[in-house]
Amino acid sequence: MSLVDNPQRFGLVSMLLHWSMAIIIIGLFVLGKYMVDLDYYSPWYKAAPDFHRSMGFIVALLLIIRLGWRLFSSQPTMSGKNWEKVTAAWAHRFFYVLILAIVVTGYLTTTADGHPVYVFDWFSLPATLSGIENQEDIAGATHEILTNTFIILVVIHVAAALKHHFLNHDTTLLRMLGRTASSPSHISHNPSKKEIS
Amino acid sequence: MKKNLLLSLLLLLSLTSLNTQASEQYTIDTRGMHAFITFKVKHLGYSWLQGRFNKFSGDFSYDANTPSKNKVNLTIDIGSIDSNHAERDKHLKSERFFDAKKFPKATFVSTGWKDLGDNKATLSGKFTLRGITKNIDIDVNQIGAGKDPWGGYRRGFEGTTTLHLSDYKMKEGNILGAVAENIEIWLSIEGVRK
Repeated sequence: MSLVDNPQRFGLVSMLLHWSMAIIIIGLFVLGKYMVDLDYYSPWYKAAPDFHRSMGFIVALLLIIRLGWRLFSSQPTMSGKNWEKVTAAWAHRFFYVLILAIVVTGYLTTTADGHPVYVFDWFSLPATLSGIENQEDIAGATHEILTNTFIILVVIHVAAALKHHFLNHDTTLLRMLGRTASSPSHISHNPSKKEIS
Repeated sequence: MKKNLLLSLLLLLSLTSLNTQASEQYTIDTRGMHAFITFKVKHLGYSWLQGRFNKFSGDFSYDANTPSKNKVNLTIDIGSIDSNHAERDKHLKSERFFDAKKFPKATFVSTGWKDLGDNKATLSGKFTLRGITKNIDIDVNQIGAGKDPWGGYRRGFEGTTTLHLSDYKMKEGNILGAVAENIEIWLSIEGVRK
């Protein structure tokens, strides 16, 4: 399997970045909702937020790698109507901006008092912007709104992928799973369908 | 018979050597911030002004069997002084008082621990502020120790001492006068066992 993307499909690097971020981010969303309701004497009261903050840093790292990778790797050709392509392109940009904003607001919540954020037991990131009136409340509430927005976008994203797969019978989903348009896929079983309508 | 004696002697020796290693190592919980370093000083002689240092770090060792071996290390970030008034903090950090640029850290290194029973002790050590080192005694009171709900083990103390402003040769220390000579320190230190 090729490391880099080509016009037919995503390469290994893009797929790993996509799926690892998908799993981590959805996991962090569930963990986030779960941990804010833990009571003080829960065994997870300390460990869950520690893990959440640390994984948030990992997401930031993966996002930087991903944006860098996008600069150097060509993208597979998009299928669909013109407006669909334009919408998809902007949706992806919105995804990246949201992830960045979510990570930043999370960081600003933890470091609001000027104390560092700890990434596992590896190292700590110092606070930069701190001491704004009610910073932890504002950043925290924004973090929540943004993550809820993000998950709605994920649902639309998944629905669109499934629509491409089951209704349009194209390779939009498969090419993120390591399959190419030229490899034997169910497209060949539907010769009447055009890949780009 | 002789062999047995030798064996039991060896066993006894190893047991005593185990005993000497019974000191527990703790990190002061500044990550979860269950530690506080506060000071209070009279304002004009009419009221107390209270403040604290928000950033510091340290560790201690605790030996229940031989308390005299207890050790404490503390480093305080002078720039983190917080008296709940930005311009006063700026003033205090300036070269007129703490001179935080030139002396960014204050340190305490223990030299002795005298157990007084009933969870009380006197902790002696070298305290360095503005590059000036003084021997100070801290009255210590152990508050408690035990397991926490998250899989750790904690031990906590409070400490009080009085520092003397004139000892640290602050440029404008004298201007504050005799009413500000005594600075009351109250520390609350919770350690998480390493």
